[in-house]
Amino acid sequence: MSFIPRINKVYPDIAFTNDEIRRYGRHLIMPEVTLEGQQKLKAARVIVIGTGGLGAPILAYLAAAGVGHIGVVDFDTVDISNLHRQIIHKTGNVGKPKTQSAVEMMKDINPTIEIKTYDTSFRSDNAFELIKDYDIVIDGTDNFPTRYLVNDACALLDKPNVYGSIFRFEGQATVFWASRGPCYRCLYPEPPEPGTVPSCAEGGVLGVLPGVVGTIQATEAVKLIIGQGDPLIGRLLLFDALKMKFKELKLRKDPKCPLCGTNKTITELIDYDQFCGVSPAQQKAVFIEEVEVEDVEAALDAGRIPSEIDLLDIREPFEAKIAQIPNSRLISLAEFSKRMHELDSAREIWLYCKDGARSGKAWKLLHDAGFRKIKNVAGGIDAWSEEIDPNTPRY
Amino acid sequence: MKVVFFAQSRQLAGCAEFDLPTDRDLTGPDFWARLIEIFPGLAPLQKTARLARHETYLDADETIHPHDEVAIIPPVSGG
Repeated sequence: MSFIPRINKVYPDIAFTNDEIRRYGRHLIMPEVTLEGQQKLKAARVIVIGTGGLGAPILAYLAAAGVGHIGVVDFDTVDISNLHRQIIHKTGNVGKPKTQSAVEMMKDINPTIEIKTYDTSFRSDNAFELIKDYDIVIDGTDNFPTRYLVNDACALLDKPNVYGSIFRFEGQATVFWASRGPCYRCLYPEPPEPGTVPSCAEGGVLGVLPGVVGTIQATEAVKLIIGQGDPLIGRLLLFDALKMKFKELKLRKDPKCPLCGTNKTITELIDYDQFCGVSPAQQKAVFIEEVEVEDVEAALDAGRIPSEIDLLDIREPFEAKIAQIPNSRLISLAEFSKRMHELDSAREIWLYCKDGARSGKAWKLLHDAGFRKIKNVAGGIDAWSEEIDPNTPRY
Repeated sequence: MKVVFFAQSRQLAGCAEFDLPTDRDLTGPDFWARLIEIFPGLAPLQKTARLARHETYLDADETIHPHDEVAIIPPVSGG
């Protein structure tokens, strides 16, 4: 029996061509799958939110396994910095919509399946419409607001949410299914303070890591469909690539959960940017004074950097080795609190990092310490490379 | 008390494991206070990271014993 009631009703009518029988032969000869399991896979409807590091192996394996209907959601285009881990996208597709790029590869792998693309962000105003016709939702998103949104939408429509997330060398995976076990809010009721948990773009990630976690998600989706084994419901799998260890933690349903507990207070989708404190209005609360990279170029040309203005690179030393803006001085964010006393608050100080996020934090640290002649370089060295000096390597 | 750091807590603490000296039971808030004294960088994680003892998550009102192994598991969002 599939874990999905709809699939149990429709799968007996599913037929295969002789080519399909040969394609899925290694599935068909296992007693846990057989022709019936393959019929369930072909009958299944799975939607994958995000075609990034996690989405890439998920989509490739679901297509290969013969999942009959796959929805692909992404608003973004392929960037060259995606390619070290998002293996469904090829170099030639840089600049193209990720949905289109992913479908090209999936069709190459398996032309017999049906794929629908949704070239849009996943938002509160389209979430129900996007997932309502699918049996399983797979979360391959990359930010907290969307993760809470996927969770809430799945719980409210009673869909299983096959969850995975990654950080540098570590990953987490589980299946949230509110009618059968805990949801994401039972595990993390409070979102982190904005800016305290870096994204892959900010913190980095081992390229192969999402491959491990994404294939675990794909495995769980296939198990739910064919109805075999023990799904990861109520268990969080933690993967540590450096120690090469898996750890499993039992999750409990929180009776006080506002979404799936005994006294539900969340009965519809909310504003998730606001919930996570990242809406534009909330971010404006702390106003960081900025300069553009054009201002940095002008100040360098006029010699104001370094004569009047200290240009401070707050990235890590290994990043500075890749590329630096001329005449900058390196104090990494990690050392910032310790070395702040080396700075002269009477002088003007401009701060930069890779994209302006970490230097914004350093700006706040200096502001809290009483520095007032400080400015953050908007867009960081990425913007410098894009707008001023294309010879500066991007990473 | 053995403390095991995961994800960002490992980065902020600068180590994967730490032996927190204590000879008495600690409540969740006591545990965090002791830990943040030693690793001030962990303070932003207190609100959101979960504690797990052995193989199970701890509820906020559970006490931690001196010989427990406690894991700090912050949420991660990368994809």
